[in-house]
Amino acid sequence: MSVAAEDTVTEAPAVEAVPKRAMTLGTGTSLVILAALLVTPVFVKNFVVFQMTMVMIYGIAVLALNILTGGSGQFSLGQSAFYALGAYTSAVLMENANMNYALTLPIAGLVSFGAGYLFGKPALRLTGIYLALATFALAVAMPQLLKLHFLEHWTGGVQGLTVMKPDAPFGLPIGQDKWLYYFTLAISVAIYVGSVNLLRSRSGRAFMSIRDNEIAASAMGVDVAQYKTLAFGVSAGITGIAGGLSAIVVAFVAPDSYTINLAIALFLGMVVGGVGWLPGSFVGAAFIIFVPNIAESISKGLSGAVFGVLLFIVIFLVPHGARQVAIVAQQMLGKLKK
Amino acid sequence: MSAINLRLGAFAAALALLAATSSGALAQKKYDTGASDTEIKIGNIMPYSGPASAYGVIGKTEEAYFRKINAEGGINGRKINFISYDDAYSPPKTVEQARKLVESDEVLLVFNPLGTPPNTAIQKYLNSKKVPQLFVATGATKWNDPKDFPWTMGWQPNYQSESQIYAKYILKNHPNAKIGILYQNDDYGKDYLKGFKDGLGAKAASMIVLEESYEVSQPTIDSHIVKLKSSGADVFFNITTPKFAAQAIKKNAEIGWKPLHFLNNVSASIGSVMKPAGFENGQDIISSQYFKDPTDAQWKNDAAMKAWNEFLDKYYPEANRADASVMYAYIVSQGLVHVLKACGDDLTRANVMKQAASIKDLELNGLLPGVKVNTSATDFAPLSQLQLIRFKGENWERFGEILSGDVGG
Amino acid sequence: MELFTNQVLAGIATGAIYACMALAVVMIYQAIDHLNFAQGEMAMFSTFISWQLMQWGVPYWWSFLLTLAISFAGGILIERLLFKPLAKAPVLTNVAGFIALFAIVNSVAGLTWDFTIKQYPTPFGSSPFLGSQLISTHQVGMIGVTLLMLIGLYLFFQFTRIGLAMRAAAALPESARLVGVNTSWMIALGWGMASAIGAVAGILIAPVVFLEPNMMGGVLVYGFAAAVLGGLSSPLGAVMGGFLVGVFENLAGTYIPGVGNELKLPIALALIITVLVFKPAGLFGRAIVKRV
Repeated sequence: MSVAAEDTVTEAPAVEAVPKRAMTLGTGTSLVILAALLVTPVFVKNFVVFQMTMVMIYGIAVLALNILTGGSGQFSLGQSAFYALGAYTSAVLMENANMNYALTLPIAGLVSFGAGYLFGKPALRLTGIYLALATFALAVAMPQLLKLHFLEHWTGGVQGLTVMKPDAPFGLPIGQDKWLYYFTLAISVAIYVGSVNLLRSRSGRAFMSIRDNEIAASAMGVDVAQYKTLAFGVSAGITGIAGGLSAIVVAFVAPDSYTINLAIALFLGMVVGGVGWLPGSFVGAAFIIFVPNIAESISKGLSGAVFGVLLFIVIFLVPHGARQVAIVAQQMLGKLKK
Repeated sequence: MSAINLRLGAFAAALALLAATSSGALAQKKYDTGASDTEIKIGNIMPYSGPASAYGVIGKTEEAYFRKINAEGGINGRKINFISYDDAYSPPKTVEQARKLVESDEVLLVFNPLGTPPNTAIQKYLNSKKVPQLFVATGATKWNDPKDFPWTMGWQPNYQSESQIYAKYILKNHPNAKIGILYQNDDYGKDYLKGFKDGLGAKAASMIVLEESYEVSQPTIDSHIVKLKSSGADVFFNITTPKFAAQAIKKNAEIGWKPLHFLNNVSASIGSVMKPAGFENGQDIISSQYFKDPTDAQWKNDAAMKAWNEFLDKYYPEANRADASVMYAYIVSQGLVHVLKACGDDLTRANVMKQAASIKDLELNGLLPGVKVNTSATDFAPLSQLQLIRFKGENWERFGEILSGDVGG
Repeated sequence: MELFTNQVLAGIATGAIYACMALAVVMIYQAIDHLNFAQGEMAMFSTFISWQLMQWGVPYWWSFLLTLAISFAGGILIERLLFKPLAKAPVLTNVAGFIALFAIVNSVAGLTWDFTIKQYPTPFGSSPFLGSQLISTHQVGMIGVTLLMLIGLYLFFQFTRIGLAMRAAAALPESARLVGVNTSWMIALGWGMASAIGAVAGILIAPVVFLEPNMMGGVLVYGFAAAVLGGLSSPLGAVMGGFLVGVFENLAGTYIPGVGNELKLPIALALIITVLVFKPAGLFGRAIVKRV
């Protein structure tokens, strides 16, 4: 083999093409699930309501990553940074500016969108592993930035910030947990519907064309740079809203909450849910919340190992995540109908 | 039908109560959620996985200790049901687990949850639910705050009072010292740093020549040591966890920097710090202690140490006896058993806090001679005494009085 | 000026750690065309194996050789059992597999050998090297071994049939199969070699940072950074990247006022990303041209 100055590679896309119609659930199924989510809190304990709220919050964050990776084909290990940014924005505004919690969320989203858009600019020139490293760096840097001593006055430094948990408004006769559940559910639905429409829009088609073949996309007149940074910004903004919600629901923010482990968890959520399949985001979120609990109930000393084994089992059985399960289910239903 | 049954039940209960109060001879049994005639449910949260998994051994030792208590008949006839969950040192997970313990498992109290950020995350919740957050496993100073958080109580001597002891020692014996500090950039490191500066008072600015911080993610701290050496410091305050403490001790010897070395209590372990770092490199290091280092040969024939060894042989044979966390957990578990015994048949959350807040001169197996547990309604810092120690040969040599350094929260 | 020299020397010494790990990273990249997040943990596990062998009385060099053999076999075994079945799965699913492997290895090591630090011996001694107290003989030995491995790898990839076949299998699997390369076994072989190189790295790093289950967490981040900076296709670049990161990080921590010390790692990573923006294939890597 000659020592050529350049290697030529025909690169298969890292993310397989998912047709846009296959990215969502049918209307009927969606409504049934929504109805189930609306009534569940009546029957379960408050702490389960809290867990379900957390699933939705992580679900939003995984969905945001899905828009970036499944939609535009860019890979990020730095979502925890935008999540942290959103959480701190909400927490600081609530505690230092006495702002209403609901009003802090759009601001958290905007701040994170800005950060993501700016980060997306230089990251444009990076692909694959290089982009993974750059976003990874962001995730590693974020907790250290939050600890910086000259920000301590606002962020609480290493100690973090405790946030007041809001009560239900207008004297509604429901507890804090249930109120926050419905509040989060409403936002989740809004973000989900918005995301589905985004991916079906002109921009969404542009994202997917970049994912499938960047060079071909640009040849067809898609402004690749513009759409890639936009995808980064949108993804970061949605992640920021999820972060803000988590600050309100957990009622505490600290650098230790937003380490690289969070970014890895969100990534796992995406893979388990199925890359590019938006409803899967919530399945993935349930996985990253409940499977560690299952793992530790099997063995305390080896909870990490049990988690790893369970993860292996899942990816062996369904390498394409929950999406694969859904497709199989759909086919079986189709056969039954015939 | 059920309504009638209920009424009958209530009637019977009222009768029983009447009988109990009128007879007077029978002690009144009072229970909150989590306690009954046969068992006491204790919750606990530990980082069994994740970055702080080294401390998971504390939860395992506690579980073993309560198995021993149960095997010996339990507490006033009641068995301890110890439910311990993993939070991976991530505060949102801690909140989830704490809620699971309180709302789903319905424990009487949450005992010895680990870490400052995780405990901060659940403090407000547990206090609003009036569930004791008893003997938290962190040395932060803020846990001694009975006025604002009457349901939260600390345990070990806090970081700030420890570093004040070193500061006072330096002011007295080395008033012209030039001090270099290395600290871990988190709540623990900063708490030590604050206490130290407070202790030095007005002289802090002139005496401290360099403050270096490191992150736990760093593989080595060599470059910080190099920088500290060239700062010309002749006193070194080493605020590091065991791995980095050993690295610092070794690196100091390698580059020939020989300051007067103060090592925080967190890393004052022969087996897990001084030995790996090399005994010859650690001579004359000053630190402080409140419990016996199980790897220190001077306690080989000590009665408490024998009891500790017997306990481990029987209930936790695979434990690493060089790990100071095992001793820590052994002592704090005894503390809880003492409180529960003192509660008698009144196992309400309020009484648990009342008993925990009225401990007088309690001595526990494993504490240094002279170190006692003391609490009151205004003092929620059970352990606040420390003994200065100096490393000589292969042992810690105790010197000076038992010192008390209470710093309010 | 003295502080400057000292920090550069200390940076080179620390850089040797990163360089060692970066070599293992390049090795696996050459074999499977992506990064293995569990590589640091595998190296840590290998180091524990050699430590255990020594505890059982096996002499240093025997334990060293045995560990290399065990790691090589272990690497192949992991590939055959866990990753060959995933060969057809999407890349991201494979990455999830690496994370699972990370969790398993770390947890098993923690349960087997617990988390207290262990002393690990060095064959080179740790006395000052040539009178300089900043670099010990161990660190010089480490640099020496790293350079030896570098030369070995270079020769292997440039001049041996099997090395060339491995590169071909990673870069152009289809074409490699057409010319008769058994790509599947090339990948397994790559895993084995990467695992063995990781073992050497772990054994060299452990005397400096002390052996414990989380020993490689930080090192791997720096190893990745070094390999990416130097160029993932170039062993020489990876080693140079290691030293550069080590030195730069120290200088940033010492001379950038205010935040330098608190943000050593982020600053170092930011610099690497800046470099990548201008040289997307790393300092020593070959530019890749995409064909549509």
